[in-house]
Amino acid sequence: MKFTLSWLKEHLDTSATVDQVVEAMTMAGLEVEHVEDPGKTLAAFTVGKIVEAVQHPNADKLRVCQVDTKDGRLEIVCGAPNARAGLTTIYAPIGAYVPGSGVTLEARPVRGVVSNGMLCSAKELEIAEESDGIVELPDSLPVGASAVEAFGLEAAIDFEVTPNRPDWLGVRGIARDLAAAGLGTLKPDTVAPVPGTFPCEIEIRVDGDACPVFAGRVIRGLKNGPSPAWLQRRLASVGLRPINTLVDITNLITYDRARPLHVYDRAKLVGNVITARLGRGTAEASSDAPSPAPHHDEQLIALDGKTYDLGSEMSVIADANGERPIGLGGVMGGESTGCSEETTEVFLESAWFDPIRTAQTGRATGITSDAQYRFARGVDPDSVVPGIELATRLILDLCGGEASEVRVAGHAPAPPAAIAFDRGYVKKLSGLDVGPARIDEILTKLGFEVDGDAVTPPSWRRDVEGKADLVEEVARIEGFDSLPVEPLPEIARPVGGALTVRQRRMRDARRLMAARGFAEAVTWSFMRRDWAEMFGGGDEKLVLTNPIAADLSTMRPTALANLIDAAARNARKGFADAAIFEVGPNFRGDQPADQWTAVTALLAPHAPKHWAKSGGDPLFELKADLLALLEEIGAPTLQVVQGQNAAWWHPGRSARLQLGPKVVVAEFGELHPRVLKAIDADGPMLAFELNLDAIPEPKKKGVKTKPALELSHLMPLRRDFAFLVSAETPAGDLVRPILGADKTLIAEARVFDVYAGQGVPEGMKSVAVEVVVQPREKTLTDGEIEGLSGRIVAAAEKAVGAKLRG
Amino acid sequence: MTDLTQLEAELTARVGAAADLAALEAIRVEALGKTGSVSELLKTLGKLSPDERREQGPKINGLRDAVSAAIAARKAALETAELDAKLASERVDLSLPAPPERKGRVHPTMQVLDEMIAVFADMGFSLAEGPDIEDDFHNFTALNFPPKHPAREMHDTFWLPEDEHGERRVLRTHTSPVQVRVMQRLNEKLPSWIANGQEPPIRVIVPGRTYRSDSDATHTPMFHQMEGLVIDRNIHMGHLKWTLDTFISRYFETPMVETRFRPHHFPFTEPSAEMDVRCDRSGADVKIGQGADWMEIVGCGMVHPNVLRNCGLDPDQWQGFAFGFGIDRLGTLKYGMPDLRDMFASDVRWLEHYGFSAFQAPNTATGLS
Repeated sequence: MKFTLSWLKEHLDTSATVDQVVEAMTMAGLEVEHVEDPGKTLAAFTVGKIVEAVQHPNADKLRVCQVDTKDGRLEIVCGAPNARAGLTTIYAPIGAYVPGSGVTLEARPVRGVVSNGMLCSAKELEIAEESDGIVELPDSLPVGASAVEAFGLEAAIDFEVTPNRPDWLGVRGIARDLAAAGLGTLKPDTVAPVPGTFPCEIEIRVDGDACPVFAGRVIRGLKNGPSPAWLQRRLASVGLRPINTLVDITNLITYDRARPLHVYDRAKLVGNVITARLGRGTAEASSDAPSPAPHHDEQLIALDGKTYDLGSEMSVIADANGERPIGLGGVMGGESTGCSEETTEVFLESAWFDPIRTAQTGRATGITSDAQYRFARGVDPDSVVPGIELATRLILDLCGGEASEVRVAGHAPAPPAAIAFDRGYVKKLSGLDVGPARIDEILTKLGFEVDGDAVTPPSWRRDVEGKADLVEEVARIEGFDSLPVEPLPEIARPVGGALTVRQRRMRDARRLMAARGFAEAVTWSFMRRDWAEMFGGGDEKLVLTNPIAADLSTMRPTALANLIDAAARNARKGFADAAIFEVGPNFRGDQPADQWTAVTALLAPHAPKHWAKSGGDPLFELKADLLALLEEIGAPTLQVVQGQNAAWWHPGRSARLQLGPKVVVAEFGELHPRVLKAIDADGPMLAFELNLDAIPEPKKKGVKTKPALELSHLMPLRRDFAFLVSAETPAGDLVRPILGADKTLIAEARVFDVYAGQGVPEGMKSVAVEVVVQPREKTLTDGEIEGLSGRIVAAAEKAVGAKLRG
Repeated sequence: MTDLTQLEAELTARVGAAADLAALEAIRVEALGKTGSVSELLKTLGKLSPDERREQGPKINGLRDAVSAAIAARKAALETAELDAKLASERVDLSLPAPPERKGRVHPTMQVLDEMIAVFADMGFSLAEGPDIEDDFHNFTALNFPPKHPAREMHDTFWLPEDEHGERRVLRTHTSPVQVRVMQRLNEKLPSWIANGQEPPIRVIVPGRTYRSDSDATHTPMFHQMEGLVIDRNIHMGHLKWTLDTFISRYFETPMVETRFRPHHFPFTEPSAEMDVRCDRSGADVKIGQGADWMEIVGCGMVHPNVLRNCGLDPDQWQGFAFGFGIDRLGTLKYGMPDLRDMFASDVRWLEHYGFSAFQAPNTATGLS
């Protein structure tokens, strides 16, 4: 909303400048968006007088004018048909920026004649949307007078109002707060009732749901037409288009008092009863979600010329004994009863509509009128009668005529209740030291009634419900600048730090992955539904009803699809060797327990060419990354299980890491080509997904002591064993039984070679294992070593049927 | 006599001329081997008379020692030459590149998160978390957004479908629902990571993903917020102001950034405020801490008595403040990423450029960045 300083001064006795007003508004809680100051944009433009205008020698439509300007008499070329000798108009010098055409003027010849400036139209000055020729001004204006002065323009302050303060949607409400903040004195309100000279023949019926209170009166014998210049200028100064006097008066009061009104052309009303009732259609009014199929049981053609379905939750104004809709209460009037310049008799409405109902009607119809905006946020219910009196006064003054008595139907909602207010609470909650007298002064200036401990908010402050709200009033008027700055009291820090084990693991995972060469990505929590389905998700419970785009519709079951897509997009830009990871949430369902945290990594193994070939299988590099990650975050030893991965993994080149038979901690491997193709990604791509929540937390959190270190002075022995096992046996399955053959002496067992082919029987393979034996108390004898070897071979045979290769 | 002198000269000359270790060994065998020329001379000593032996002994032994020494010296020289030759043959071209290394990076939002945690942890805050998919109660109702209230519209909420009870879950529009979870003890069984009812005094920060249906250079449909909540008996707005002032100055690593508190409105705080920081917007980049402009940086206020009541705390006993930062936005202000949408676009060039090394873990001992 906008207002001007002169408008503000109608309500506030002040000598403040625009800058001071803006500062005071900001500090009172009104967010100023910007100040439109024509004094700045039009500073270069001044009044000039055309002394002579002759035909341009080389162009039919151009005139060469001699113009008296603040810069002396100048020759200026002008194309406007009304450029004539004796005209007082607006002159722009060379170098001026013309806002309406976006051009900076240069001295250059126009068809051979140099123009030393420009004569301007209203459109070029951006003070009108359309214009016909250059500006025509009264001759009384002196040459050199500023354009701003010539047009009576002033700065408009554009600001945002928070939803709790509908009273700020009228200039008087702003004036009241600024007066309380010390910027001036609020002028007394001068609305005097206009006594009716005849009874109102129109009966008003309200149903309390559709419209709690409705005041109306007839005004007859009036003459509508364009409103006077001061009113037009006032509306134009805040960006409103003048229409006719009756409409302009209601707009003025809407912006001046946050009090919307409506005028019906009496001649177009059917019958003598105006009814406010609920709509009879079935159009839904509830919705943030897309509305269901439209119904057409009851409709209204509104003043904007559009047809609206009237739902059963909307407030409808009707004539013809309640049968014909003539308006959407608090939102917009109907076209059939609108006022025109021919209108001579009106029915004036000043009513109060429920904020929630009006907000819903606005959403359902898409109408955001000035009235709807105000009623949805809450208009002062006590302004119903003063509003109609003020409008009547203005109509009688500007259009003539005589007014009937006022009829009021229904009851305004109960006024705000008194709040018990201990003044000491100001200091307790805000820290501000404000004396009780000053507190009461602030509250009184804001319109609160102060009576001992009881403080009653004014009718226009329904946002104030308790003593904390009163503290806010005092603190913001006293100024948040005066708030003390006080350190938080010292408290004991949580043992073990600010992070939980899980949060610590997330942080460690991030830094470990980065240290191992992966770049951290953060991708959307939502993805395309078909991708979600491809990765085991896509349940309709997790599909947003109002996604921002179709490809961001479904809560993700995994980040894998997003990372594949990211790698593919990078590849299309020429960077095919992505190594990226993400630490973030995935969703199994819509309940809190369905959310889990994954570390997901993706490697597109297209390493750059290098002069020294390395040549290993990159899948094992990724396995090393995964194992390093598990070790860093303190996971126990896990089992590798192959052949049971989900469908989006390569069946032969993927595996799971399990804790016991049921808990899957991670899946890793190459991604299935079918999945990559669906995401339009070139393979191969390798990935892992680790469920951080599946790793048990250490049982004793506090104990940090490590087990004692035993350093043996005896040399460890290394012995190699070559086993024959069936080709299907996972080579890794040999390790655990070998380690188990002697838990004291065997420190390590590691597969270092796998071979099949010549010398190995068909269907078998040879697996070479290095075993490290650490003698504990004395050097082992040959006999003891032989015995240990025997146990190793026996254990391998028992576990996987391995035979020592001869 | 002359024989011995001549033999020594001859042998040392041959030793000196030996081309390699094998030739040298052949000479050694020839001279000092079992039947070598010097060994044969030594054998003659036993047959001599004591007088002759006294005369010849030292001469022959001297010959043996001289030849041995010459062989040892030649051997050392040959070995050195051989090693030198071997090393010379092992020369490589060290202008060749090292194997390619990938540059791992921590995402700037997560780096900023760690920076924020470092500062707040130092002030005694600990972390709490809650779910991204919230119910209407936690996201709105408990936070004093009455049902159907227009304030809800300001949140551009993402909705999930209605369940069998006609209720719709939402993607949380802010991290504030975790305030409710921290204060309110629920009986339902929740995963351990979800905050559930602490006894006051409470001092927590709550980072996480948040969602609003909005997309342009400064808004993304998903973004990160950090909520702060302090509840105690006598916490007032002065403590809030100190906390935020202190945070801003530590986060931006300048001794004093001028800040300004303005009244504002949030349904879940009363009084409510926004804090602005002094900045300079005249150039292409926003410069924090200088210039003539202000920029809003955090919304905050005293926790609304209705919120305390909704969480089972008596507002006459307990009071405190809450605040909410945009983590991504704080990152752009400190590190200069111009478009918020790039944060979530996963362009590897962007990640490498704006990301952080694994070893730059922020802490208050070394400075944050």
